[in-house]
Amino acid sequence: MATVGVLALQGDVREHANAIQAAGGMWTPVRHPEDLDGIDALILPGGESTTIGRLAGIYGLIEPLRAAIADGLPTLGTCAGMIFLAAGMMQGEQVQLGVLDVIVERNAFGRQNESFEANLEVAGFDRPFRAVFIRAPWVVKVGGGVEVVATVDDHPVMVRQGNILASSFHPELTSDVRIHTMVLQAAESRDPRDGER
Amino acid sequence: METGTDRVKRGLAEMLKGGVIMDVVNAEQAMIAEEAGAVAVMALERVPADIRSQGGVARMADPEKIQEIIDSVSIPVMGKVRIGHFVEAQVLQSLGVDYVDESEVLTPADEENHIDKWAFTTPFVCGARNLGEALRRIGEGAAMIRTKGEAGTGNVVEAVRHMRTMNREIRALTTMEEGELMTAAKSMGAPFDLVREVAASGRLPVVNFAAGGIATPADAALMMQLGCDGVFVGSGIFKSTDPAPRARAIVESVTFYDTPETIAKVSRGLGEAMVGIEMGTLEDSELLQTRGW
Repeated sequence: MATVGVLALQGDVREHANAIQAAGGMWTPVRHPEDLDGIDALILPGGESTTIGRLAGIYGLIEPLRAAIADGLPTLGTCAGMIFLAAGMMQGEQVQLGVLDVIVERNAFGRQNESFEANLEVAGFDRPFRAVFIRAPWVVKVGGGVEVVATVDDHPVMVRQGNILASSFHPELTSDVRIHTMVLQAAESRDPRDGER
Repeated sequence: METGTDRVKRGLAEMLKGGVIMDVVNAEQAMIAEEAGAVAVMALERVPADIRSQGGVARMADPEKIQEIIDSVSIPVMGKVRIGHFVEAQVLQSLGVDYVDESEVLTPADEENHIDKWAFTTPFVCGARNLGEALRRIGEGAAMIRTKGEAGTGNVVEAVRHMRTMNREIRALTTMEEGELMTAAKSMGAPFDLVREVAASGRLPVVNFAAGGIATPADAALMMQLGCDGVFVGSGIFKSTDPAPRARAIVESVTFYDTPETIAKVSRGLGEAMVGIEMGTLEDSELLQTRGW
């Protein structure tokens, strides 16, 4: 059974853990670089991206995370996790991994009063996904190797680049585990040699 | 597209988990808080310690001040309204505040009724001393709960009491058989459907933060080890001698709350914590936690 590491510095770690378990996987929290050893996939949860980036910097996680993801570790980032994965932001500066070739805009839909849920068409899914957007970002620019998987009003809200999947919304807040199942499938189909770092 | 749903309101609180929400009275403090890693700021006119020492009627902050704070940071901004003052809440909603705290720290506007929070798109957080109070607030539409503690004292004892009480009452519900739950709901004055939900799940249906009297990294970690989802720090940061390092240290101690070595490391050389107040020296009339029911 695949074990998914969930970055547990701040945010909705428990919801991702529950979703992974509901999808048939195991999970472990990641707070230190050594916690990355032996995991088969990685989740960067929702939360406050400024807080998560700052803590990741102080506790020496930036380079180990970059290396593990560059090495092919299947990775899902949701909301703050998407911002953390991205190469840059439209406004301001904060700590980002820069492994996902997109530019994001934070709080792009507005403040909490504009937060919403909606049925979203996701490429490859046979029925819509109930997507919960909370002070959510969207993607402004996508690089060459990035596939847009879902959009809201033409703004990309879910993208894939090789082993990385990122969404503006929170699949962990609903009981629909199709996206977490994709992560587990990627973890299980990964060449075992890749895991021996 | 649906806005203001339960999932959207409670969801923002889920995103704040494992984080620190800091009281600020101006843009400069808000930026210090954001820089230190706060997950949100609470915009207010005076921190609780000053409300306590200066007295008078404490109300919602000046909208200009709230706007200034909203414009200065990218993290969520919360604002406090008086218990039962639904017009102050309407004003905060119109300003685009991300969470409204219906707070006992301000002077109550209604001694019988709390705000009907279902009527708002903006989510609410409310204080509670025990499970019954928490479930009454959730029944009125609160999407997040915090312990009341005793704000502005720098003394964590009341927050600990409230958290332990809530944990004990939740545990007790989980051991009851179905036939005992109505009596439990009656005795704690809580909505029956919420009592059943807690009995089945063993936890509150919304996120529960600690608040009231948290002044040090160890206080924050104590509340996390007692099972809180995160902490509010009111007077504890900007009433200390050196706010920025203390703010950073409290943020780190909330993430690494179960690692004493890290708490020891971040607690070094922070300067003086705010001056605390011993509970026995407060008259009953000076207690903020008994406001609301």
